[in-house]
Amino acid sequence: MSEFKKPMDSPVISPEGDVAPLAGKNVLVCDTTLRDGMHSVAHQFTTENVAEIARGLDASGVNVIEVTHGDGLGGSSFNYGFGAATDLDWIRAARAEITTAKLAALLLPGIGTIHDLQQAKDAGIDLVRVATHCTEADISIEHLHAAKALGLETVGFLMMSHMVGPNRLATEAEIMRDAGADTVYVVDSAGAMLPHQVAQRVEAMRERLGDDMPIGMHAHNNLGSGVPNALAAVAAGASIVDGSCHGLGAGAGNAATEVLSAALDRSGASTTVHTLELIDVAEDIVARICAGKLPKIDRGSLLLGYAGIYSSFLLHTRRAAERYGVSEAEILLELGRRRVVGGQEDMIIDVAIEMSGIDSPM
Amino acid sequence: MALRCAVVGSGNIGSDLIKKILKSDNLEASLLVGIDPESDGLKRAAELGVPTTAAGVDYLLDRASDYDIVFEATSAAVHAANAPKFADAGLFALDLTPAAVGPYVVPAVNLDDVVDQRNLNLVTCGGQATVPIVAAISRVAQVSYAEIVSTVSSRAAGPGTRANIDEFTETTSNALVKVGGAQRGKAIIILNPANPPIIMRNTVFAAVPADTDPQAIIDSIEEMAESVKRYVPGYELVNAPQIDRGAGPDGSTKVAVFLRVTGAGDYLPEYAGNLDIITAASVAVAERLAAAAGKVK
Repeated sequence: MSEFKKPMDSPVISPEGDVAPLAGKNVLVCDTTLRDGMHSVAHQFTTENVAEIARGLDASGVNVIEVTHGDGLGGSSFNYGFGAATDLDWIRAARAEITTAKLAALLLPGIGTIHDLQQAKDAGIDLVRVATHCTEADISIEHLHAAKALGLETVGFLMMSHMVGPNRLATEAEIMRDAGADTVYVVDSAGAMLPHQVAQRVEAMRERLGDDMPIGMHAHNNLGSGVPNALAAVAAGASIVDGSCHGLGAGAGNAATEVLSAALDRSGASTTVHTLELIDVAEDIVARICAGKLPKIDRGSLLLGYAGIYSSFLLHTRRAAERYGVSEAEILLELGRRRVVGGQEDMIIDVAIEMSGIDSPM
Repeated sequence: MALRCAVVGSGNIGSDLIKKILKSDNLEASLLVGIDPESDGLKRAAELGVPTTAAGVDYLLDRASDYDIVFEATSAAVHAANAPKFADAGLFALDLTPAAVGPYVVPAVNLDDVVDQRNLNLVTCGGQATVPIVAAISRVAQVSYAEIVSTVSSRAAGPGTRANIDEFTETTSNALVKVGGAQRGKAIIILNPANPPIIMRNTVFAAVPADTDPQAIIDSIEEMAESVKRYVPGYELVNAPQIDRGAGPDGSTKVAVFLRVTGAGDYLPEYAGNLDIITAASVAVAERLAAAAGKVK
C-alpha cells in the first residue's frame, strides 16, 4: 500500500531541551470517517467503500471506528438524505473487517430508537454514542439504560456544546454519566469553538465528574481550529479525540484524524495509531473514493462556524439554494437567527421557500 | 345536562384539558385527579372551581357513576393499568398517553369510524398535526412512504414526553400508516431550547407516484387543513406545499408540507402548540360524544 515499510518508525525528531507539551498523556483516537464523513458524500458510501476504509483504519491502529448514517441510526430519510445502504448493512460490512478497534454507532434519540440500537448490537457494534442537543441530555436516559442492558460501552455526546457555558454543559454531562455513559463528550457540531473555550468546557466536566471519568472531544474545522481544539481538549484532560480521514464530515469537516495523529505524536502524547499508515489510508483510500467531495473551508462552511450553525446543514442548504434560486449564505444566516438546532433540516427548505417569495396558501 | 368529564393527571396536559373543557357548553369539568396535593395543576383547577382530588384514580373509580368520560393524561404504563378499570366502570376513556389500548383517533380523519369504541387513543401531538396531511395526500394518491418531523420547544416538553421519546416516534409512525394510509411511516422529534420559545413546527414528507396531479394534492391538503383548523384554531400551513417530481425514492414524487401550530394559550403560552393540538383533538372527540348522547346545548 505504501513506500513506508516500517510504519512504527516515527519521523519526529525533537530538538534537545524541548519539552513535549502532552508528554505522558495516553490518548485514544476515534475515527468517524464512516459516520460524520457520510455527510460529505450525502450518505452514499457503499458497503464496499465501508469495508475498504474500515480495514485500513483498523490496521492503522485507531481505537474506535464509528459507522452509521451521518445523522445516526435511523437517519436515512427525506429530512437527512437517504443512505446508499442501511445502517445494519454498513455495520456488518465494517464488522467483517475490524479485528482490533471497537465498532461504534451513533444514536440521536428522536431520530433512532432503542429498537434500532438492538439491531445494531446484533449486527456487531461494541459501543454506542448517544447524542442530544447540549441542553437536552435527559432525553438520552432511556437509551443509555438500554445500551448498558445490552452490554454496550456508552458515550454521552453533547452536540452544539458552544451554545451553553461550561457549568451548564457539566450539568448535562452529569445527567448522561448518571444514566450510564462511560465517557462524555464536548461536541462542537457547529465548529464554532476556539481552543480556550474547549479547554474551559473540558475542565468544567472534569471538575464536576472527577479525574476518572473519561472525557472526549469532537471538533469541526469551520473556523480552521479542528486539530488545535482537539489538542486543547487533551491538554485540559480529555483522553479521547475524534477525527476523520481528510477531515471528511459535515461543514468544513472534522479534525483530520491523520493530522491529529501526527500532531499528537509531535506533542509527545502516546496513542496506538501508526500515523504513517493512517496518512496512507487518508490519501490512498479515502481521497480516492471521495474525490471532489473532500470538505474545505469556504463561504458556506465558514459561516456555519461564524454564526454557530449545525454543520450538517451545509449541503442541504446548498441544494435548497440551487432549487429555489436564493443565496446559500442568506439561508444560513436566517437559520442562525431562527436559532434552529441539529435535526431541524426541514427548516432549510422552509427558509428557502420564504426567501424565494412563493406565495403562502392561507 | 353536559357530559361529565374527569381528567386524570394534573400536569401540563391535564391542566390544559381542564381549561378547554371549561370553555365548552357541552362538557362539564367534573373532576381533576392528581397524586400530589401541592401540584400547580390541582391548585389552579381548584381556583377555577373544578373539584379536585390528590387521592389518585381510586377516588374516581369509587364514584364512577358520577362521570361519563375520563381523559387519561398520565403515562402509558398508568393508562395500561387503568384502562380495564375504566371499562368495567362503564366510563368512556380518551387516552392522551402513548399506551394505545384502543384504536387511534384523529378527529379530522377517522372520528366517524371509531366513535362507537369505548377507549380511543389520541396518538401523539405530532401525530395529531401530521396524520391529517398524510391522509389528505393518501385520498388522492398512493403514499408509499410518509415521514414527519415535529419540532417542539424544550419548555413545552414535560418529563413524560422526555422519558417517552421512542414511544412518540413509534406511535406516530404507526398512525401515519394505520390512520394516514401510508404504506410505511417514519417520525422524528426534535426539541429546541431557544428562548423566546419557538412555536411548534411540523413538516410532512410523502412519496407518491410520479404521475400524480400536483393540484389535486394541494387542494386536498388545503381542504384538510381547514378541517383541522375547526377544532385547532392555531393550525396553519406555513408555505405552499412543495411537489418535486422525481425527488423521492425510486423516481417517486416528493411532497413536502410545512405546518405551524400556535397554541390557544390556555395553560402554557402559545408556543406550546404541541400541548394544544392533542388536548383540542380530545375535546373535539368528547364534543362528538356529547352530540351522540343528545347532550348538546
